[in-house]
Amino acid sequence: MKIAVCLKQVIKRDSTLRVDDARTWVRDADAEFEMNEPDAYALEEALRLKEQHGGEVIVVSAGPARVQTVLREGLARGADRALHVESDALAQADAFAIAGALAAAIGPEQVDLVLTGLQSDDQGFAQVGVVLAEKLGIAHATIIMEVKVEGGALRVKRELEGGWFQWVGLPLPALLTIQSGINTLRYATLKGIMAAKKKEIRRVDAPAGVAPRQKIVSLYFPEKTKQTRMITGSPADAARELVRVLREDARVF
Amino acid sequence: MILVIAEQKDGQVNRASWEAIVAAQQTAEPVVVVVAGQGSAAAAADLAAAQVTEVVAIDGPGLAQYTADGFTAAYAQVVAERQPAHVFIAHTYQTRDFAPKLAARLDRSILTDCTAVKAGTPLTFVRPMFQAKLAADVAIEGPAPHFVTFQIGSFKVDELAKGSAPAPVVAVSAAVDIVRQQPDAPFREARQAVDLTQAERIVSVGRGIKAPENIPLAKELADALQAELAASRPICDAGWLPMERQVGSSGQTVAPKLYLALGISGAIQHVVGMKGARTIVAINKDAEAPIFELADYGIAGDIFEVVPQVIAALKA
Ligand SMILES: Cc1cc2nc3c(=O)[nH]c(=O)nc-3n(C[C@H](O)[C@H](O)[C@H](O)COP(=O)(O)OP(=O)(O)OC[C@H]3O[C@@H](n4cnc5c(N)ncnc54)[C@H](O)[C@@H]3O)c2cc1C
Ligand SMILES: Nc1ncnc2c1ncn2[C@@H]1O[C@H](COP(=O)(O)O)[C@@H](O)[C@H]1O
Repeated sequence: MKIAVCLKQVIKRDSTLRVDDARTWVRDADAEFEMNEPDAYALEEALRLKEQHGGEVIVVSAGPARVQTVLREGLARGADRALHVESDALAQADAFAIAGALAAAIGPEQVDLVLTGLQSDDQGFAQVGVVLAEKLGIAHATIIMEVKVEGGALRVKRELEGGWFQWVGLPLPALLTIQSGINTLRYATLKGIMAAKKKEIRRVDAPAGVAPRQKIVSLYFPEKTKQTRMITGSPADAARELVRVLREDARVF
Repeated sequence: MILVIAEQKDGQVNRASWEAIVAAQQTAEPVVVVVAGQGSAAAAADLAAAQVTEVVAIDGPGLAQYTADGFTAAYAQVVAERQPAHVFIAHTYQTRDFAPKLAARLDRSILTDCTAVKAGTPLTFVRPMFQAKLAADVAIEGPAPHFVTFQIGSFKVDELAKGSAPAPVVAVSAAVDIVRQQPDAPFREARQAVDLTQAERIVSVGRGIKAPENIPLAKELADALQAELAASRPICDAGWLPMERQVGSSGQTVAPKLYLALGISGAIQHVVGMKGARTIVAINKDAEAPIFELADYGIAGDIFEVVPQVIAALKA
């Protein structure tokens, strides 16, 4: 089975965010980056499917030169090769532009399966996978918690709201958006990291003349509307005061 | 005109869809509601109580059960016919599954997970970014219709304007040819041992707990408070606590007297599962964490410094 996995590079989770001078993006010149969390689970699922059914895993990312770090990480974990749609503009692009760029890289590969994460930690569109499936003309299913390959087709377990699930059958080729927690992640071994240095990262041109679909007019810290009582002081003082208010004011025990 | 796509199950319209109708009504544009699938006739009859100009119920072969292919084809037909300026939809799991496809099929823009509409021409929309640590005002570009999905809870159902008489209902039969997804009936995993919904007090741990070795610290606090232990999703994903202790949109919905969140950022998918708690306490080292927007009491501090002191104070 030939599988493409889309990996997005996002700002590290615990980073302190600052808005840039134009007030339309964060200052990311000196930021630290990491692989978008559900994408790591998508990669792991692809590697497991390859172990069971054979084939090839191709990792794909769209963005500036720096995104090669996540591609290298994917190769170190066991992907066979990588495609990089390189463009600085894709760092802040909307989901249609990103899906178009990914389609330009994945389309010619004629893969059996495309895996993406269900959502990115930065823009949080929850769109790129589904739009990519439409652009590639293949069937899709979202928020997937289990994947089985049966007789040349897929059976996947979709997560629904409030603890409900549903099995769905799909023909191949198909695209799945993967939910965090679908499997247990492996980490790169030293051997994997060494092997990754020899693997190919091929550059693909971004489609030209894609008009933006949406524009961030302003980016800001949300206004606080609730009056939270912040308890200050040393840890010991704050702890004593918290226990007092819970007993005497909130009366929760 | 704004077209609202409503979601129904067995003829029952979900709450989030009513919220999307409220969002549409508050723009002062005329509103048309469309609902698809088996049960859409019953749902349409309920929807007609809202102050809207028309309710469209689509049914036909291929629409008995929800599928992304079937519903995309059906809605594409209605959107193309009616030419709305905007299409509003609640940001549910079903919407995540078809709405980006629908917008892509019609080659139109879609803005997801919005929390507010800002008046003006054109309308701009507020949406969270970077896990709700930031918010953005976003303008949509390109030709209409523009698709917008709204985060659950962003509008209040009790602000729904009702019509003086029921709105006209139109039944449409859609021709859906190719449906590639073959869904089985939805199911729940077997009943679980822990029922967090009955707990009076809950101590919940998030990624701030750092490592499985630190879970006993949270357990000690829970014991001192006679509370149940719960967690955010990443903790259960990593297997540090069983899935049955997960709170949120894909876990349990709880309403204890006390919900004490340790190192939880307050992502919307977690918040929907615990915002009904009577008293919410958050301990988080990031004073800007979104959880403080919800908390009654907050300590901006390191859980590894504060929690042992809280345990000591409880035992004193
Ligand atoms: C479709 C979907 C469904 C989902 N369902 C759920 C669900 O049911 N439940 C759920 O919880 N999530 C769910 N999620 C995931 C959700 O979006 C968040 O990713 C998740 O809730 C974040 O968990 P967290 O707050 O523990 O981690 P993070 O967001 O990483 O936050 C960790 C927090 O810990 C703080 N911290 C770090 N170290 C310390 C310290 N030493 N002391 C004090 N504070 C510290 C940090 O400041 C940060 O605020 C879902 C996501 C999607 C897309
Ligand atoms: N620039 C990108 N490069 C590679 N994959 C991406 C990119 N942006 C989004 N994706 C994929 O699409 C998923 C959904 O992202 P989003 O629609 O932004 O929430 C992510 O989890 C990734 O798998």
